[in-house]
Order: sequence, then C-alpha cells, then structure tokens
Amino acid sequence: MPIIEVTNLHKRYGDVVAVDDVSFAVEEGEIFGILGPNGAGKTTTVESIVGLRTPDRGTISVLGMDPQRERTELRERVGVQLQESRLPDKLRVWEALDLYGSYYRRPADRQKLLEVLGLADKRNAPYRKLSGGQKQRLSIALALVGSPKVAVLDELTTGLDPQARRDTWDLIEQVRDRGVTILLVTHFMDEAERLCDRLAIIDSGRIAALDTPAGLVAKAEQEQRVRFRPSAPLDDRLLTDLPEVSSVQHSGHQLVVTGTGNLLHAVTSVLARNQIVAQDLRVEQANLDDAFVRLTGRPLEQ
Amino acid sequence: MSKLVKTTIVEGKLFLREPMSVGFGVLFPAGLLLLLGAIPALREPSPDFDGARFVEFWAPTALVIGMAILGVQHIPTVLATYREQGVLRRLSTTPVHPAQVLVAQLIVVMLAMLVGTALLVGSAWLVLDVPLPDQPLLFLAAFLVGFGAVLALGLLVAAVAPNARAATGFGTVVFMLIMFAGGVYLPRFLMPDFLVRLGDYTPPGVQALLETWSGDLAALSTVESSAAPPLALQLGIMALVAVVASTAAARLFRWE
Repeated sequence: MPIIEVTNLHKRYGDVVAVDDVSFAVEEGEIFGILGPNGAGKTTTVESIVGLRTPDRGTISVLGMDPQRERTELRERVGVQLQESRLPDKLRVWEALDLYGSYYRRPADRQKLLEVLGLADKRNAPYRKLSGGQKQRLSIALALVGSPKVAVLDELTTGLDPQARRDTWDLIEQVRDRGVTILLVTHFMDEAERLCDRLAIIDSGRIAALDTPAGLVAKAEQEQRVRFRPSAPLDDRLLTDLPEVSSVQHSGHQLVVTGTGNLLHAVTSVLARNQIVAQDLRVEQANLDDAFVRLTGRPLEQ
Repeated sequence: MSKLVKTTIVEGKLFLREPMSVGFGVLFPAGLLLLLGAIPALREPSPDFDGARFVEFWAPTALVIGMAILGVQHIPTVLATYREQGVLRRLSTTPVHPAQVLVAQLIVVMLAMLVGTALLVGSAWLVLDVPLPDQPLLFLAAFLVGFGAVLALGLLVAAVAPNARAATGFGTVVFMLIMFAGGVYLPRFLMPDFLVRLGDYTPPGVQALLETWSGDLAALSTVESSAAPPLALQLGIMALVAVVASTAAARLFRWE
C-alpha cells in the first residue's frame, strides 16, 4: 500500500486554480520529488497533504489517514519542514529541539539528532546567530524530532551555499536509509536528479510527467550526440549508412554524430572494424533540464 | 498539559531575554514611582491634595504603565512577529495547536505583571510609606479584570494587524489612550471631570485600582458634579471589555 496517495486533487484560490487534478502515490522508503517552477502548485499540494489546506476536490491518504479528519494523529507521524518558517530569534537550538520533541509521543534521541545534523557545538546558540545552513539543518531536525514515518521537506536547500547543499543531500539520504519516506519539494533540477527515486513534474497545477529521473530524461531524449576525433580520416558514409545515425557534422578535427537508439555502440563498432580509434570521445546526453523543457515547453529557471 | 507547561517555560525564558519588556513592563513602574518619591514635594502631604500625598494618589497610574507596555505593546508585537515569521504555521504542523503559544504568552505576561505589581506595591510601602491595599482581595480582582481587559485589547490588535510593524503601530495608539486615561501624561486630579470619568471605564480601570488600594484618596478624583460609578460597575465593565475583545480576537485571529 502506498504511504501517500493523492487522487484527483483540486485547489483554487478565488479565480486562480493552484492545483488542477493532481494524482500520485508515494511508496514506502522512497524519496519522492515534486519538481516545478515557482507558483506551479507544489506547495499547495504538500500543504494539502499535511492537512494545512483543505482541498476543494479529490482525496488524500497519508499512512492510511485522512489529513483533515485525523490531523492530530497524522501530525504525530509526519514531520514537516516548511518553506520560510523561522523560529523566535532568541530561542536556543537545544530549547527548540527539546520543546518540539515534547510535542510528540515518541520523540527521537535529541542529542543524537544534534550530532547527526552537525549542530552539537551550536547547542546553546540562539536561532538568530545561526547561519543559513545551520537554520536549515535545525529545521530538518525539528521535522525529524517526532520520529516520523514520513518527512515532508519543502524547498530544502534554497539559500544554501553549494557545500551546505551537498551536505544536506547526504543527510537526507541517511534519513531515508533509516526507513523514513521522504516527500521533497524543489525547484532545483540538480537536487531532484541527485536525490529522488521518482519525480513528479508539476507545471501550472498539473502533473506534466511522473517517472524516475532517468526515465524522464529518456522520455525527453530524442537525439543524442557522440563527439570524437578519429585517429585516421574516415568516410562519412560509413557512419551515415548506420540506421542509428541521422547526421554527421565536422567541427574542426572533430566529428559530431547525431542519432538515436544505441548510437554509441553502433558508432564505435564501425570504427573498430575500420581500425580507427575514437580519441577524446564524448557522449552528450540530455539531462533533466532538457527533459523539463521538452515536457513543459519552457525552461525551469526563468 | 505538560506540553503547555513546557511551552510556558520556554516562552518565559524568551520573555526574560527581552530587556525592553522586562525593564519597562516589570521594573519601570516601581522605579518611576520611587523616582517621583525622591522629589520632596511629591512625597509630602500637600494642601493641593487635601493633605494627601501625590505618590499615594499616583501609584495606581504607575501600574497602568506596566500593564499598557506588556498588554498592548509586548503582546501584539510578539504574536504578530510569530505569525509573520511562520512560527505559528510551523507549530500547526505538530500535534500541538498554535493557540498553545498564545496561552503560554498570556500566562507569562500575567505572571510578569504580578511580579511587577508586587514590586511596585512593596517598594511603595517600604520606601514611600504608601499603605498596602486597603482591600487586598478587591485590589487583586481589580488587577485581574483590569489587566485581563488590557490583554484582550492586545490580542485584538494582534488579530487584526496584518504584520508586526502594524501591530506595534496599532498597539501604540491603544497604548497612548490607555496611558492618557490612566493619568500618566496628566495627573487625573488636573483633568476635566469627563476625562477623569473616562479613566473609570478605560482598561485597566485606574479608578478601581485606586479605590481598592487607597480608598480614602479615591474621593479626590470624585468631584461633586460627577461621582465615580460604583466599584462593581467599574469591574463589570472591565470584565465586559475583556470578554468582548477576546471573543472578537479569537474570531479574527489569523494563524498565518
């Protein structure tokens, strides 16, 4: 049974349709990503999942519970990290963890949580003295302090420097390895590609695609390019005769072969038969950015 | 219940880390009265007050200052800041309702004001020979409903203010009214009658505090032409303000 199941979710604010018929299911132990530009309906979707908003239509089930009717029980078992929510400036790290821990029936080992999140030496620091990365880690700690089965993390690494982002990603993988199912909302392609087992691309309130990151890329991938410098001159027709190859271009000493299917294998086999070595061989593949453009018709960051 | 105790302890620690609120809300009323008492003309019996002393007459007004600072400045600013920064929203994702942090704040401020009042009454008694309240239980009742009404107004300001800046701004307007009616800017015996009577009905009800603290002085603010309403009516009005304002605040309060 899926841990989170969203069926035909609709939500509008006045005349603006924020979420328009969204359905997906998150399986146990997954890192499931919701990717999309700002204003696509990502946050409304997760806020409905954690019971902060009432959907206009559709059903949501989290751990078999209805987020509206069973909100107290749901909140015991779902940890949430919200976008743009702060703590009181003078609240100390340990006080925050201890206080939030006291709200749950089965609080996690708070000391251990501090250590895992690299906040042990900031134990007595007031919130406002923490760096952006430390605030974010404390926020993640608070999402985990109730020993949740599911963690919902909204815009996890916005505003973090590259090192802090990578550290946070490692951390999320560790959390998942401890058996927590993770729903991750992001507008960063690299974050989605690196962390998510599966990914829903939301655009204008609808799911444009749902697959593994590799699957999304493959769907989008119509053509690939193989670029290399042949060790000896070679007749273009050797390549253009291959069914996989659609075109061959010369770029200085380099050849750029465009095609589909198992292009790389086809090209290297022909070269090998002709005793030609492909030097500086590079395969250029579509990435999730290309996939996003193909699936939604526009780039993610605008 | 233990969750509320824990939240209250944490909010109490946060309160103690706010030097402005502790300084002006809790310590300042007693400090100001002692300072005024250092001026001989104000601590000695004066024919201007029918042989009574200014410090005795003015002591309840010092209490009004503390109540106004904590009730309509501290409370609205803290709550609106919590809402603006998403503290309340964050809490609503836990098993605890964000109203708990509100209740905790009210408990903390009530306790702080009790301490401030004890300091004021105690230091006025020990240093300035201002007698302890004549009617201690009624004084406590006047304190509780009066401060309750001020807190309810503070909650209402927090409920309607769109952000922390506006909360401080609206709070300041209410603060000025409370301070004025309480005789902070102009001692009440210098005010025209109708303004004196305004103080009977404006939270926290400085007249009720005066009547229960120093009963024989209360007559000073009562002129032949307009007598103060009975104490029960004054307390009843404060209770009414408290109920109406807090009900409105509860209906209008936005958690995010």
